[in-house]
Amino acid sequence: MSTPFEPNEEQPLLQAEGLTHYYGRRLGCRGIDLELHEGEVLAIVGESGSGKSTLLKLLSTELPPTSGQVSYRMRDGAMRDLATLSEAERRLLLRTDWGFVRQHAEEGLRMTVSAGGNVGERLMAVGWRHFGEIRDEAGDWLDRVEIARTRMDDDPRTFSGGMRQRLQIARNLVTRPRLVFMDEPTGGLDVSVQARLLDLIRSLVAEFGLAAVIVTHDLSVARLLSHRIMVMKEGEVIEAGLTDQVLDDPHAPYTQLLVSSVLAA
Amino acid sequence: MTAAQTVPAPSAPRPVLPDAVLLQVAGLGKSFTLHLQGGVRLPVVANVAFELRAGECVALGGPSGSGKSSILKMVYGNYCADAGSILVADAGGPVEMVGAAPRRVLRLRRERIGYVSQFLRVIPRVPTLDVVAEPLLLSGTAPEEARRRAAELLARLNLPERLWSLPPATFSGGEQQRVNVARGFIAPLPLLLLDEPTASLDAANRQVVIELIAEKKRAGCGVLGIFHDDETRAAVADRVVDVIRFSA
Repeated sequence: MSTPFEPNEEQPLLQAEGLTHYYGRRLGCRGIDLELHEGEVLAIVGESGSGKSTLLKLLSTELPPTSGQVSYRMRDGAMRDLATLSEAERRLLLRTDWGFVRQHAEEGLRMTVSAGGNVGERLMAVGWRHFGEIRDEAGDWLDRVEIARTRMDDDPRTFSGGMRQRLQIARNLVTRPRLVFMDEPTGGLDVSVQARLLDLIRSLVAEFGLAAVIVTHDLSVARLLSHRIMVMKEGEVIEAGLTDQVLDDPHAPYTQLLVSSVLAA
Repeated sequence: MTAAQTVPAPSAPRPVLPDAVLLQVAGLGKSFTLHLQGGVRLPVVANVAFELRAGECVALGGPSGSGKSSILKMVYGNYCADAGSILVADAGGPVEMVGAAPRRVLRLRRERIGYVSQFLRVIPRVPTLDVVAEPLLLSGTAPEEARRRAAELLARLNLPERLWSLPPATFSGGEQQRVNVARGFIAPLPLLLLDEPTASLDAANRQVVIELIAEKKRAGCGVLGIFHDDETRAAVADRVVDVIRFSA
């Protein structure tokens, strides 16, 4: 057999083809193709209304596509069309192999359940039964995301915005997912709190070799966290590629506008 | 799925590089189209052609604005080329950088091509020692060993030890440049791109960088650089490629 051009080419983890969604007659996004490999971080950037959050919902099966398809490589190696999963299979995927970190922590956490409970709940969903072990593992994860163990029994209503985001991350990563979706994970936080959170996300993604799709309107977040970037405008992808290449040598008029609109501190 | 199914037959004849050539640039062209300025087109370079061999240092020469940095950035995959070819020697044979998929570019940066930019891009909250160690960590070196090598390099570059545990955001220009140099030199990659690595360094530290480059060359590394001061260039470069020849 001849040597292949790229010997490490393996199957993608997540693959979308022709992904399109209309809200009634209004376009959400149209004709999106993408591939995401294990350990790869993809940023989706664009203004509000560009379709980036719609795309994230389509990829994560929260929203059914009007047309097009999303496939995922399951832990057994089989590539599955997500539309063909049973509801039980889909729930198991969401609770174990996937994570979803939301901009508003109250949508991603159970606000009336203790911090430890928020983390332990995902473990129980994958079959952990021993209370002491669950509590230990939850405590380890609170350490990792820099939340004091003394706050373990407090509920997240008493937490600051940055702590809530870190708790969301612990809750999502405790089951060692392979893929995490993030919707504006640093949105609405003070810059110093953002920096701490970004550093945490960056190191956890590297440590666990996580694949991630991160929706953000903040180009510096995209630059810091992602390998690849997709720029969306009016529901379509107008430019895509290696993150530093797209940001340093943008080609599309809109990407040039976005890049030149960033204020240098 | 079996391996046989995932490996397509190469559709084009595989490019070849002469012995010991690490980098071959041919017909390379680049321009910028500024859509916010009425679509004005700025030509940068055209028909760039040169080779770089193992153990050799080639300096890109020419006045500022002649496209030296743009050529380095295209070789690193940071800028898109409009035309031409950049072949990089790889374990399995040469790889084309122009038009390469992002994953391939990232792999080449991990395994083949190091780059010292003019300015350090600071990552909030990450200590200097880890900033320097990162390229080694990415290529699979154990954290303790990577940090030990990072400390060695920072010590050689005379960066005070009390700074190693701090993020470099608040460092002076010269201190940041030394962090940048250490980060670029730490991994044993076959190809090293240097964009004015001594620009803001004093004479003593410039001498350290000259020694580091000489060591890379002795180890068989190919170095492609832009050197603003004649003394450094004379000390490290085996030949100069004048970029004016390629002005577009």
